[in-house]
Amino acid sequence: MNALHIKKGSSRKSAYDLKNPLGDIVETHTLAVIVDNEAGVLARVIGLFSGRGYNIDSLTVAETDHEGHRSRITIVTTGTPAVIEQIKAQLGRLVPVHDVHDLTVEGRAVERELAMIKVAGTGDKRVEAMRLADIFRANVVDSTLESFVFEITGTSEKVDAFIDLMRPLGLTDIARTGVAAMARGT
Amino acid sequence: MARKMTGAQMVVQALKDQGVDTVFGYPGGAVLPIYDEIFQQNEIKHILVRHEQGATHAAEGYARSTGKPGVVLVTSGPGATNAVTGMTDALMDSIPMVVLSGQVPTFLIGNDAFQEADTVGITRPCTKHNWLVKDTEKLSETIHQAFHVATSGRPGPVLVDIPKDVQFADGTYKGKPDTNTSHYQPRTKGDADAILAAVEALEKAKRPIIYSGGGVINSGTHASAALRALTDGTGFPITSTLMGLGAYPASGKSWLGMLGMHGTYEANMAMHGCDYMLCVGARFDDRITGRVDAFSPNSFKVHIDIDPSSINKIIHVDVPIVGDTGSVLEDILTLWKERGSKTNSEGIAKWWQQIAEWKKVDCLRYNASKTTIKPQYALQRLEALTKKYDRYITTEVGQHQMWAAQFLGFEDPHRWMTSGGLGTMGYGFPASIGVQIAHPDSLVINVAGEASWLMNMQEMGTAVQYNLPVKQFILNNERLGMVRQWQQLLHGERYSHSWSESLPDFVKLADAFGAKGILCTDPADLDDAIMEMITYDGPVIFDCLVEKHENCFPMIPSGKAHNDMLLGEASTDGAITGAGGALV
Repeated sequence: MNALHIKKGSSRKSAYDLKNPLGDIVETHTLAVIVDNEAGVLARVIGLFSGRGYNIDSLTVAETDHEGHRSRITIVTTGTPAVIEQIKAQLGRLVPVHDVHDLTVEGRAVERELAMIKVAGTGDKRVEAMRLADIFRANVVDSTLESFVFEITGTSEKVDAFIDLMRPLGLTDIARTGVAAMARGT
Repeated sequence: MARKMTGAQMVVQALKDQGVDTVFGYPGGAVLPIYDEIFQQNEIKHILVRHEQGATHAAEGYARSTGKPGVVLVTSGPGATNAVTGMTDALMDSIPMVVLSGQVPTFLIGNDAFQEADTVGITRPCTKHNWLVKDTEKLSETIHQAFHVATSGRPGPVLVDIPKDVQFADGTYKGKPDTNTSHYQPRTKGDADAILAAVEALEKAKRPIIYSGGGVINSGTHASAALRALTDGTGFPITSTLMGLGAYPASGKSWLGMLGMHGTYEANMAMHGCDYMLCVGARFDDRITGRVDAFSPNSFKVHIDIDPSSINKIIHVDVPIVGDTGSVLEDILTLWKERGSKTNSEGIAKWWQQIAEWKKVDCLRYNASKTTIKPQYALQRLEALTKKYDRYITTEVGQHQMWAAQFLGFEDPHRWMTSGGLGTMGYGFPASIGVQIAHPDSLVINVAGEASWLMNMQEMGTAVQYNLPVKQFILNNERLGMVRQWQQLLHGERYSHSWSESLPDFVKLADAFGAKGILCTDPADLDDAIMEMITYDGPVIFDCLVEKHENCFPMIPSGKAHNDMLLGEASTDGAITGAGGALV
């Protein structure tokens, strides 16, 4: 026991070395995962993230190829470079996963998110909300005398900015789709 | 060849087409149609276990000793949930296994029906892949795909959940050749540039080591042959993980013994001090690396693995090679020979001198006793007396498992079945049953601790029913030995619940099951008792009462580096005092 310098009877050593060996700078990556559109495939992907302790900042999924039964899952995730590599490798070995694209690495990608934002109010606030919506090129998709529902499309940052502006003007409800992304060029 | 048949008939037909000769299972309401089909044929042998966990471990033993997938058949609900531990075990140790589970009829799914469980939901994280088949038309194809997935790339367990109405309904049978498996084709061939880089570094290495793992065993005997050729050709020292024992023979001149937490001093010191590490089919598990930031600090690391997610997961490597270990080793060997079979022989000779110094530490020594059977001594005698037999060893989990790895020598792959990744107590006994089924004329021994063994002791019924001459070699210390060791070293000798106050009389227990029991308490009787066990034609429970407070050394405590090992008896002398010593 001498080599160890553990005091006999000491219980400060845990069974596992809890220090994170991959500790490093955290990055945000957007992944496009092409999967077979079969039962449980989303649960597999989400279960992988929760089971291995990875982060999901945003997730969108829909069938993109009806005849080929393919869906595209767009995931925005954060982690150290080593964790991001692990996430891609772990996704890649799921049986229904065909392809994993790291759009952040593969070159500048176009990223868009759609949001619907309900703003209630009358008078100046209503006019101001309408004016700002115009600047942001948000469309009015529903209107009453006391409310608007705006539809806005853009980067997550643009949507965030619009929501922040609407907050003092009577914002009551938000629905966001999460990010859809695609690599530029061919 | 498309044929109409019921879902249950398809299951049996698909198993036949896959070359399955044995199924381990337990019937129940939701699989009765399949059992009815099994009753009406003779090609596939069904082994009735006593608990579904036993079926999964037996299938693992079968798979690990043959290289073929193990097949399990269980019912819905508790049948499937009882199989979860075995599937998780198979996932961690990359064992090919196909589990077929019954499910309540499709129209009852989601209704909390009797014996309903969300089996695909529960088993999603503990299988490589799983399927719920809702249409008989898709059943045969799914089963063939399941076998393909279980055995391709990094092997693992898969599950096919089959509702009862799907088993009854008619459909078109699709044979194995008609099954589409095109999209799941893991890469097996290593990248040529990476292989070149590995060989170039190998030629210059002064202090090389080969660190091999279960991936070499899983790849097949050709991988072990290539590993042996490379090791003996280069003269590099070789060590192996628990899962990889037997790929290189224990009697081989370059063998350093197992590495890791309870590995040999020379293997761990060589891992720490090497300048070139060739990791073949191992995954830098925490039992292997010890403290990650102090792991082999000055080496050039090459990692061969069929699973890309194993590479750079824990330890950053210089040359990753994704591919089947057998194929890549053969490519490395061919290229190295083409380039003139060069090594840095001067450097390697010095390295072997250093290793010889480390070997002098004699890290596996223990204090012998004339009055008490030391567990290490029991295993040395077992080794000496069984070595010449056609022998297969399984183990449970704990101290006895580590001692077995240290003191038994394995000359060939597929001879050593143990629960490595998951560390499942209760694995060894049912696994020995699976091995014996696959190798009816061989000597199959389960090296066990009494606590682990009791976890699946119900399988005595299976062993006796099929007259399987499995030898249960129980090193009985009346303790949860490894737990007790940790409590002694790390928890102030507070032996919280690591002691079984009431143990069965194992001889009477054997008798009750209709098997043979042997009790051995005196080192002088040990050889005769072991011979009696070996020569008895039938299952034996060997109750070997051993030293109660023996510790397993060497030991790298968690969070320590390879060169920071606890060595042997010096540290156990007087370690048990006070309240600990008062325990019987």
